[in-house]
Amino acid sequence: MTNKISDETIEYVSILAQLELTEQEKQDAKADMEKMLNYIDTLNELNTEGIEPMSHVFPVKNVFREDIVINGDGSEDTLANAPLKKDNSFKVPKTIG
Amino acid sequence: MAKQYETVIGLEVHVELATKTKIFCSCSTEFGGTPNTHTCPVCTGMPGALPVLNRQVVEYAAAIGLAANCEITRVCKFDRKNYFYPDNPQNYQISQLYLPIAKNGYVEIDAGGTKKKIRIHEMHMEEDAGKLIHDEWDDTTLVDYNRSGVPLVEIVSEPDMHSSDEVTAYLEKLRTIIQYLGASDCKLQEGSMRVDVNLSVRETGMKEYRTRTEMKNLNSFKAIARAIEGERTRQIELLEAGKKVVQETRRWDDNKEASYAMRSKEDAKDYRYFPEPDLVPIVISEEWLERIRERQPQMRDEKIKRYKKEFDIPQYDAEIITSSRHMADIFEETSAICKKPKKVSNWLMVETMRLLKEYGMEPEEISFSPKNLAKLIQLTESGIINNSVAKAVFEKIFTDDVEPDRYVEEHKLGNVSDEGELLKVLQKVIAENPQAVVDYKGGKEKALGALVGQTMKAMKGKADPGMVHKKLRELL
Repeated sequence: MTNKISDETIEYVSILAQLELTEQEKQDAKADMEKMLNYIDTLNELNTEGIEPMSHVFPVKNVFREDIVINGDGSEDTLANAPLKKDNSFKVPKTIG
Repeated sequence: MAKQYETVIGLEVHVELATKTKIFCSCSTEFGGTPNTHTCPVCTGMPGALPVLNRQVVEYAAAIGLAANCEITRVCKFDRKNYFYPDNPQNYQISQLYLPIAKNGYVEIDAGGTKKKIRIHEMHMEEDAGKLIHDEWDDTTLVDYNRSGVPLVEIVSEPDMHSSDEVTAYLEKLRTIIQYLGASDCKLQEGSMRVDVNLSVRETGMKEYRTRTEMKNLNSFKAIARAIEGERTRQIELLEAGKKVVQETRRWDDNKEASYAMRSKEDAKDYRYFPEPDLVPIVISEEWLERIRERQPQMRDEKIKRYKKEFDIPQYDAEIITSSRHMADIFEETSAICKKPKKVSNWLMVETMRLLKEYGMEPEEISFSPKNLAKLIQLTESGIINNSVAKAVFEKIFTDDVEPDRYVEEHKLGNVSDEGELLKVLQKVIAENPQAVVDYKGGKEKALGALVGQTMKAMKGKADPGMVHKKLRELL
């Protein structure tokens, strides 16, 4: 197996994902990601000349909603997930000011 | 000699679209309201919830793109922009990076008499984030997701502007276009239009760009102008001192008239965009685009030209009337009924503008119906009421949209057309003011004015002053 993922990359990705990984978890993640990249390498062996990149596996397009209000007051359900709340709002550590 | 510097400015303008529902769910977009009442699993990022695109968002975005001379991307897609912040419950914002709905456009501005094109790099659709409110009491932050998922169009200009005047002209142009389309009310103070200013300075004549900063939190045209001046000065001072401008996002504090760098982590700009797997591509057919094109209203510049040509309205007046599409509509509808465009223009330019100012209202809030203004003009033109009565009646039309003919009749405001009654009053006035009569006969024209005034007073204003004048001369 080639060394595609450096320790710095793992460090950087975990900062972006806001994850604190143990040494063992970092090694595991590194192995997983390398497997993924190897799979991409396999795909890259295919000749894709003249083939449009796709973002979706189904040939579906233009799925729309009409602009009509259907939902009512959803605050009770929404706030049921709040660890802390105040004034009908989620309460979180200070972010501004 | 001191170096000369040129300011280089590009803008990112966010506009909240005037849809009834959010971009990906059927929650209301109504402004304000109790926190979190306009929320559902989609706009609060619950696992498994799936977004479905609001058709109207595509229509508005394409209409704005067309009006700004853009190419419309016929197959466009959404992408995920990943970041962690409490205003963003999904930990990603659905936006467009790779295939934005419109690109390569321009708008023409007129800054200080010079016409100039400001190019538009691209325009994309995205969702708004929730609102964070600082709670003074607990020193915490409260999060309201009512705004989460409200549709936005972000319009990114090329760095084609060089002064706050050009920036203001560009923003006013965009705002007018979007308001004419009915796609947004574009209120800076309420945040339905938000402007980020990207600014750098360079020595005059220099070709390449220097490092730029991005300025946020600009809530009025005046704040934008002050922030541009402030940032230009700050960057020039850094360069003169041999220091470097750091690429960063700065927050403008309009009270202190100063900006400060927002806390930024080194990873802040790594959004790891990737195609949004929960939404299918949008294909805009020629037929669909044609339908949107057909619905485009006549824009302000064409209206100004037409008013000057068709109605002989001066440039300045045409500019004022067309500054709001609502006012332009009132002008056109009223003129169509009474066939007196110049009179209509006068009522809008003078009395309407005065009353708007008095009540602190915007032209969009004008609520009287064109037929009532048209009737008022007809009443005045046919001599049924005089100008001062007309002004008083117009105030009632402006505030309560009263029907002027009925109002005039109910309040007996019509000119007294009975010559016998007028003569009686005139004779009385002449008898009571012998000195004025002597003065007039002695050649003092002014004395006649005093007698007209006395007569109008005695008639409680319900006489045609021209007629009074004429009759007085005859009698004397």
